[in-house]
Amino acid sequence: MRIHFRIRRFNPEGEAKPYWADYDVEADPLDRVLDALHHIKWYIDGTLALRRSCAHGICGSDTMLINGRNRLACKVLIKDVGRRITVEPMRGLPVIKDLVVDMEPFFAQYRSVLPYLVNHDPPPQQERLQSPEERARYDDTTKCILCAACSTSCPIYWGAGGYVGPAAIVNAHRFIFDSRDQAAEERLAILAERSGVFRCRTIFNCTDACPRGIEVTHAIQDIKRALLGRL
Amino acid sequence: MIEHTYDAVIVGAGGAGLRAALELAGQRVAVVSKLYPPRSHTGAAQGGIGAALGNMEEDHAEWHTFDTVKGGDYLVDQDAAELMCQEAIDTVYELEHWGLPFDRTPEGRIAQRRFGGHTRNFGEGPVRRACHAADRTGHMILQTLYQQGIRNQVVFFDEFQMLDLLVEDGVCRGVVAYEIRSGALHTFHTRAVLLATGGFGRMYKVTSNAHALTGDGVAIAWRRGVPLLDMEFFQFHPTGLYRLGILLSEAARGEGAVLLNRHGERFMEHYAPTLKDLAPRDMTSRFMYQEIRAGNGIDGKDYLHLDFRHLGRKVLDEKLPDITEFARTYLGVDPAEHPVPVVPTAHYAMGGVPTDNDGQVITDERATPLRGLYAAGECACVSVHGANRLGTNSLVDILVFGRRAGRHMARYLRDADLVPVAVNPHSAVGEMISRWLARDTGESVARIRADLQDVMMEKVSVFRTGAELLEARDRLRDLRDRYGRAKLDDHGRQFNQDLLEALELGFLLDLAEATVASALNRTESRGAHFREDYPDRNDAQWLKHTLIYRQEDGTTSFRYKPVVVTRFQPKERKY
Repeated sequence: MRIHFRIRRFNPEGEAKPYWADYDVEADPLDRVLDALHHIKWYIDGTLALRRSCAHGICGSDTMLINGRNRLACKVLIKDVGRRITVEPMRGLPVIKDLVVDMEPFFAQYRSVLPYLVNHDPPPQQERLQSPEERARYDDTTKCILCAACSTSCPIYWGAGGYVGPAAIVNAHRFIFDSRDQAAEERLAILAERSGVFRCRTIFNCTDACPRGIEVTHAIQDIKRALLGRL
Repeated sequence: MIEHTYDAVIVGAGGAGLRAALELAGQRVAVVSKLYPPRSHTGAAQGGIGAALGNMEEDHAEWHTFDTVKGGDYLVDQDAAELMCQEAIDTVYELEHWGLPFDRTPEGRIAQRRFGGHTRNFGEGPVRRACHAADRTGHMILQTLYQQGIRNQVVFFDEFQMLDLLVEDGVCRGVVAYEIRSGALHTFHTRAVLLATGGFGRMYKVTSNAHALTGDGVAIAWRRGVPLLDMEFFQFHPTGLYRLGILLSEAARGEGAVLLNRHGERFMEHYAPTLKDLAPRDMTSRFMYQEIRAGNGIDGKDYLHLDFRHLGRKVLDEKLPDITEFARTYLGVDPAEHPVPVVPTAHYAMGGVPTDNDGQVITDERATPLRGLYAAGECACVSVHGANRLGTNSLVDILVFGRRAGRHMARYLRDADLVPVAVNPHSAVGEMISRWLARDTGESVARIRADLQDVMMEKVSVFRTGAELLEARDRLRDLRDRYGRAKLDDHGRQFNQDLLEALELGFLLDLAEATVASALNRTESRGAHFREDYPDRNDAQWLKHTLIYRQEDGTTSFRYKPVVVTRFQPKERKY
């Protein structure tokens, strides 16, 4: 079937402003949007820039706004988005070129929440024990692929308030509720700051946007409750 | 041109590179990667990491070693396999201590599952050896190692493409890399370089490999005179999603899913009576194609079914959630209700840059090291996988040999001096880039790449013949010629992926040539290399590793390295 694409483009070395470019391509309904973007890039206009790698929704490279929603281009099929498809870079991060945004602010926020296990006890010879129930407590937030779909769908994140964003909170959650970790208090203190969880207005855009099906808003609420429980 | 000086430089931020970096965290170490580290392809590994913990039933490192050797059709260096299987145990505990969320047994220990070719007591039957975190084990390994890298303040150069290795007087002294965002060239002066750049499955049309897997480090080493080892052995994983090649983990069959032909027959029972669907990948892929050739594909077509229906929704949701979702998303098939169309998919390069057991790159059959250069992971060949890698052993390999390489580099750095590289070390690369940026008429790189992927898929996959390999060799020459006349659309500096894809295709063409030449040269069938014109294994002549060298004029030559046999004498492989 014939698909019409409108792609938001920006060339830092040429045009002063972003603009819309139109492309018509033949695509199979079962093709991924990424396949059609590749067709444009490979056979129509090689200047189009977009990140991608694994092409099956696990590496987190190709988040973009597809028909107004944050999606991974490799995880949405043509048949599910129709014959007219608009593609834009995700919002809230500076555009470098076309669909490529500057991810550094996002990774800096991730790093700010101590995203690693902290345990000061000497490890045993074998594994630390953890019951299946303890393991299940933080299972959902281990699925995060750091694609930024959640953070860049959040209106609070777009604002100038310095909100750390849902993805960083998800990664803090993953350790705060891990029975082996000993730094929950430090992370909760970070998330209690002005940039932290209380900026969340439970809009649920993040949960809708997550390509891994993580209950992001729920994870943020978990942390709010943990903080309120300390008062 | 921007210059940096580090004690050590690691190229690639998948499991091998990140694991090595942690051994060097006390030094000035830089990790240079063309992707953000969490995008690396280690994250796509699904089913598990093999280690004889014995948490669910009796198991021993010796059994794991035997399975690895037999699985590799006896081309495995047994000293390397022994230490890998022994050290696997400790590396898994180490990951757990760093927070990896393994699934747990009711007692709270690391849970383990069955996997292809992993057996109890030297082949008696399947054993639970693969330690897992649902079916996203690789994702959790990559995340855990990246987290520890952040914790240890490793310096990352994200989205930097390596384009050259600096080797002078037989010593590796640095790396030239291209900063993708700005287009600037960077020279990294250093005393030790680790290549951890992954595989090159993108030379095939249907592959489980990410777009990034273009063999950059392997090709660059080859261009710099390093030989490549055992390039004829490329693994096709039995269960890729039909048309797409997206991997459905062997953990599916480990949990009880079975392969079916058009008659609904569990055909693997005929071919491998003991392990059935859990036979090693080389054999299973071959038997699948035999079924398809015999007209037993589904509806007579070129695919088979992977049947999960008897497992029930709970097992799928808890143990195999990602692959369940892949089948739903990409084929619209719910595995709880319907069998999933599958076909073998190009998956893993057993061959690569030759190393010793400490990750030092070696340059001949006497294991002469190239000082200051290391390799680990899929880009390297130790060889622990021989002619066919067992499932889970790629994750074992990156951790064990990533760690060993990092430790050896740390020791090496105590005595190695920093020798400044010659003036303008980046000039060759700079000229190559300028030449490409000036090319604005000709054929698109993408079309040449698509033709390469077709040739390799048709002529150099699971079944091979001398005649077809010769044809592939001729067609590669044409492609090389066309590549010399290709053009770019993008002539800018910033985020010029058009340029990067052209350079990556150059790496793939080199490695395809090495693969075809090595496959033509080996006139026997062993592991993943099956020659229909030489269908038998020939130990008298071919129980040896292939080293392929690239001459200055572009021709190739071969030398041979003996296989290290310790405990397990070669026998016929039966499962």
